[in-house]
Amino acid sequence: MTETLTVALAGNPNAGKTTLFNALTGLRQKVANFPGVTVERKTGRWDANGSLVDIIDLPGLYSLDATSIDEEIARKVLSGETDGIEIPGVVIAVVDATNLERNLYLVTQILEQETPVIVAMTMTDLFEEQGHEVDVAKLSEMLGAQVVQVDARTGRGLEELAAAALSVKRDTKTNPPIEFSDTENPIFRRYKQISDIVQASVRHTDRDAHAFSDKIDRVLTHRFFGLVILLAVLLLIFQVIFSWAALPMDLLDAGFGSLADAAKSVLPVGILADLVADGIIAGVGGVLIFLPQILLLFLFISVLEDSGYMARAAFLMDKLMSRVGLHGKAFLPLISSFACAIPGIMATRTIEDRRDRFATIMIAPFMSCSARLPVYTLMIAAFFSTQVVFGFLSLGAVIMLGMYLLGIVLAIVAAFIFKRTILKAPPPPFIMEMPPYRMPNIRTVFQNMLERSWLFIKRAGTVILAISIILWALAYFPRTSETPAGAGTEVAEQTGESEQLANSYAGMLGHAIEPVIEPLGFDWKIGVALIASFAAREVLVSTLSIIYNVGADANEESETLLSAIRDAKRSDGTPAWTPLTAVTLMVFFVIAMQCMSTVAVVRRETNSWSWPLFMVAHMTVLAYVAALITYQGGKFLGFG
Amino acid sequence: MTATLSKVPDGGFARVKAVVGEEPISKRLMEMGIVPGVSIKVVKSAPFGDPIEIRVLGYNLAIRRNEAATIHIDLTDE
Repeated sequence: MTETLTVALAGNPNAGKTTLFNALTGLRQKVANFPGVTVERKTGRWDANGSLVDIIDLPGLYSLDATSIDEEIARKVLSGETDGIEIPGVVIAVVDATNLERNLYLVTQILEQETPVIVAMTMTDLFEEQGHEVDVAKLSEMLGAQVVQVDARTGRGLEELAAAALSVKRDTKTNPPIEFSDTENPIFRRYKQISDIVQASVRHTDRDAHAFSDKIDRVLTHRFFGLVILLAVLLLIFQVIFSWAALPMDLLDAGFGSLADAAKSVLPVGILADLVADGIIAGVGGVLIFLPQILLLFLFISVLEDSGYMARAAFLMDKLMSRVGLHGKAFLPLISSFACAIPGIMATRTIEDRRDRFATIMIAPFMSCSARLPVYTLMIAAFFSTQVVFGFLSLGAVIMLGMYLLGIVLAIVAAFIFKRTILKAPPPPFIMEMPPYRMPNIRTVFQNMLERSWLFIKRAGTVILAISIILWALAYFPRTSETPAGAGTEVAEQTGESEQLANSYAGMLGHAIEPVIEPLGFDWKIGVALIASFAAREVLVSTLSIIYNVGADANEESETLLSAIRDAKRSDGTPAWTPLTAVTLMVFFVIAMQCMSTVAVVRRETNSWSWPLFMVAHMTVLAYVAALITYQGGKFLGFG
Repeated sequence: MTATLSKVPDGGFARVKAVVGEEPISKRLMEMGIVPGVSIKVVKSAPFGDPIEIRVLGYNLAIRRNEAATIHIDLTDE
């Protein structure tokens, strides 16, 4: 009986480990999490010269001495302490030739473990271009492990690597651990040994290996231009996300619309057709239409990471971020959250310290994401479309900017408070490698983008599906009349829909919360829309359309909906909406945690329910208080 | 007074004498190759003066001035 060999890939971050893993496994990979933590576990199948080998890609790490979660996990896998993962038969230690000494630090630690080791040396071509020469035989001999030079792009050395991995035997293990005297610092001792090895096996010539990256950095991390360029990069990303994603989003929207229609025509009229069309397709579709934006955002994040620019952005912004107790690496996740909090929250994985990471996750939803735009647009179009301030600025634009700023200010305040209370910690260390600039590897970038987006889609198929059905049921039951929908004229149908909603559980909830939202200037109809929009913010628009009888297909720019909102009356005949109500509603939407996808992601990333629930609770309370202050303050000052 | 890395101007060179901060930060600095005898170049400071970018063992590392202040050094010419 032959047993499948399991190989673990270990190496420093930026050593080329991911590229090698992708080259070895192709598309035969799986991504999951290590048990109990949100560290990604990538496994794959490697066709090693005809023998199938299981590969597990360990998180990038600098040392086995467990100061971070990643290191703890890697150490456990290598020593066979992780549940459900067998101790690997072979470890392939990936080292970057251009950064040999520091990379070998980890290798010498791995060599002291029991598992046989093969060293895969990447970027040797670059190293040689820089004027160095490696004596591979000498290096192998001194390390006591076979060293194979590989190039994942061209495939050079991969066969040799396979042969080496298949032939190395556990019992041929010959590395005794380095012996330390009691007085010696083990880290110094190890670097001393490495220095001896490198001096004996590498010949240097005098050439500046960093000339290229340094030249780029003279501009990109320049005191002034560095910041200007960072701003320009962000603007470009947003421009692309909003303009390129618009068309596919419209197409998806239309696609889900026709799918719902098709479902209604195929299925027999009744509850099942309504559930499928209005509950499942509309609910899941409403979230999935953000997929183009999310794909693009993940694409940019992957490119920024893979090229080395991400580290520069963190370097540039760390001082500002540290003022509120956050890490420089929190900057880009927070900026991404302006498009969508989901990629932003997932991008916080690069922040090592748990408390820093959680603080970043907790404030990311304060950034005004693209789902708030339809709400802001609707309110501004209904009440502030014509006014100007200072003679030339459109009042709508000023209000819009105000909403974005409100979110940013609250995020800063919240971070400040969290880092001093529940996530209290000494200022985190900032010890971050600045990898040389590299042309992003297309395969790595796309695989990254697709993996992360797939997680989003999977959630849409589970949690979001369930919540959509619940919300649908709340609006659908109890039935006002048994007249099947679609029987009468369109007007009758719409009147039917809004009556149905008024008498449904959602309508009852709207009435029930009316005393609570009355001080915010909201009536029960707005209450229904608020409840529905806890699933996803933009649902407000379609819910208001149903309530005001203009049909669920109306969007934030349709005149019928705008005039319906302007003309809506309460039962006592006063207008249901005033400009002040509109501003109050926008303030509520800036702050409240109305996005079930984000809740699901936070649940996954924090691996607990308490964080997402706490997030929903504190943001909702804060939103209520802020809306109350806005409305009552506004009334006191004579607006509305 | 002991010279520390946080006082080295941009473009300056230094040789490490000791890392005196608390664990786990000092340990991480040492694991990254900042051990006695190693020479360091301060490449540049970030726009707001902090963090700083240094070159050690042929690669570039960003650390905050707080951390740099725990690294005792001798100034060198290169």
